[in-house]
Amino acid sequence: MVDTLPEAPLQGLKSLPKLSTGISGLDHVTEGGVPQGRTTLLCGTAGSAKTVLGCQFLASGIRDFDQNGVFVTFEEAPRDICRNMESFGWPIADWVDENRWAFVDGTAQPEHDIVETEDYDFGALIARLEHAIERVGASRIVMDSIGSVFSQFDDKNIVRRELHRIAIALRRIGVTSILTAEREAEHGTNSRYGVEEFVADNVVILRYHLEQEKRRRTIEILKFRGTTHGKGEFPFTIVPGSGISVLPLSAISLEQKSNEVRVTSGNVELDRMCGGGFFRDSIVLVSGATGTGKTLLTTEFIAGGASSGERCLLFGFEESRDQLFRNAKSWGRDFASLEEQGLIRVVCRYPEVCGLEDHTIAMQREIEDFKPARVAIDSLSALERASTAKGYREFVLSMTAFIKEKEIPGVFTATTPTLMGGASVTEAHISTITDSIILLRYVELYGQMHRALTVLKMRGSNHDREIHRFVIDGKGMRIAESFRNVIGILSGSPAYMPESELERMRSMFEERE
Amino acid sequence: MVTQCHLRLFVTGQTARSIKAVENLQRLCERYLPHGHEIEIVDVLQRPDLAEAEKVMATPTLIRKVPLPKRRIIGDLSDWSRVLSALGLERDEMSTQAADGTEV
Repeated sequence: MVDTLPEAPLQGLKSLPKLSTGISGLDHVTEGGVPQGRTTLLCGTAGSAKTVLGCQFLASGIRDFDQNGVFVTFEEAPRDICRNMESFGWPIADWVDENRWAFVDGTAQPEHDIVETEDYDFGALIARLEHAIERVGASRIVMDSIGSVFSQFDDKNIVRRELHRIAIALRRIGVTSILTAEREAEHGTNSRYGVEEFVADNVVILRYHLEQEKRRRTIEILKFRGTTHGKGEFPFTIVPGSGISVLPLSAISLEQKSNEVRVTSGNVELDRMCGGGFFRDSIVLVSGATGTGKTLLTTEFIAGGASSGERCLLFGFEESRDQLFRNAKSWGRDFASLEEQGLIRVVCRYPEVCGLEDHTIAMQREIEDFKPARVAIDSLSALERASTAKGYREFVLSMTAFIKEKEIPGVFTATTPTLMGGASVTEAHISTITDSIILLRYVELYGQMHRALTVLKMRGSNHDREIHRFVIDGKGMRIAESFRNVIGILSGSPAYMPESELERMRSMFEERE
Repeated sequence: MVTQCHLRLFVTGQTARSIKAVENLQRLCERYLPHGHEIEIVDVLQRPDLAEAEKVMATPTLIRKVPLPKRRIIGDLSDWSRVLSALGLERDEMSTQAADGTEV
């Protein structure tokens, strides 16, 4: 007989349940949270926010899921942890009083002379841990950190064996735990003392990179045994008042619905060129050198939305609020009264005030809070200065995906580095994910500067393919006739072409068609 | 001369290690602290709260509560010379005791 093995125990093993961490973005990256009932090793160098993540895991358990927790600390005294975490809005001391949070203090006792002799075990620690779990009815455990345990005891083999016993005990009780461990370098072996061997089921790495003189935090799920998770490093930031926030960049799925509803660009002529306005769920990239009219186009876009009663949000990274309001006024758009009516919100920040991850979080919060019907960022490329190339690419992707998810139109501007012609890094990053691209260019003809505008790309629609001249006056942008017999505008070396030659070219293409 | 000494030994259940530590301590005290010592054996499985109060991590752990300063000795106490020196009972003190004829 071959088929005598019972089949039932194998049922239901397929999907290992996960416990939601409650940490913004982390559940997305981990595809649901940390494996339930297991121990996850959290490795990171000094200052990589291991303790913050551990505390947040317990804090959100208490606050969002009514799951109590035990924090075993080997490093910082409980009093210090309570005080340090206060700025995140976690009232740990109150939770301790309410028996929802319990500390097991395993810090070294400096007033005592400890003499180690012969053989020993961590029986007392395990008993205290079990006692604390029972007392508060904990389902989440954090132990911070392994390295500090090792530094308290001389015999590393005993410590390793005893930590293994603790891991087994935790598994038997069925609690979900996070165990932190120090790393010496951002890459290479996961932790000192070879502790992965006994908690190797799940390993998460926190990194604190220094790239081009800028600090950047990332989190990586190295492995979750028996279950899936997002791959690669995801940037995260620590937000005062709320804690860690992970940006689930590559985890964002391109599932945005597409619809045919058009909205006005705020400029009648531009609407016509685009075939009836922008699509409501599209991202429009406006690219041009400094002074070509990007801010004007943004202003018209915002004012155009607000004048039809839409709520519009403008992020300014190049000019101050006063400047933007003054500009708008000179083009016949009254931002001040629109703001009074609550139709627009203008948020101006200098790109350098914080890291790009922090900008991302702040901007996303602003969008969630104001719930605009359209968003403009002027300019996106100014934020390039606040970050590394990689961080910038991630930021652009993340913001684009975030705005698209909301199914609202977005206008981003990008400044080209050269006055004539040229492309910017931003274009390379987002040209494939933006739905439309509008180019603004200077055209020098017979000793005069003209401005030109063309709709380079308009996804899913027919659009005007000609390059139009435009002027800026007290009413804003006035798009005029096209540069009919000028060539080389986009490459930055315009030249006139005789009418006859133009006709010949046209007939050539007509024949092909 | 009366040496007032209060010792508390934390053990985990009735393991071989626990039994060995208790035996070692009792024999050591009988020999070197003939008068005025007090031993308290705490099983952390029965009294995790006491272990918590003293922030004990390992077992067996011997704590000298009196006289101060507190001392901790971790292990099964089989290395008598180290235990004695940790408790502040140096060899020459022992020999003085022996010379007094109180205990050999």
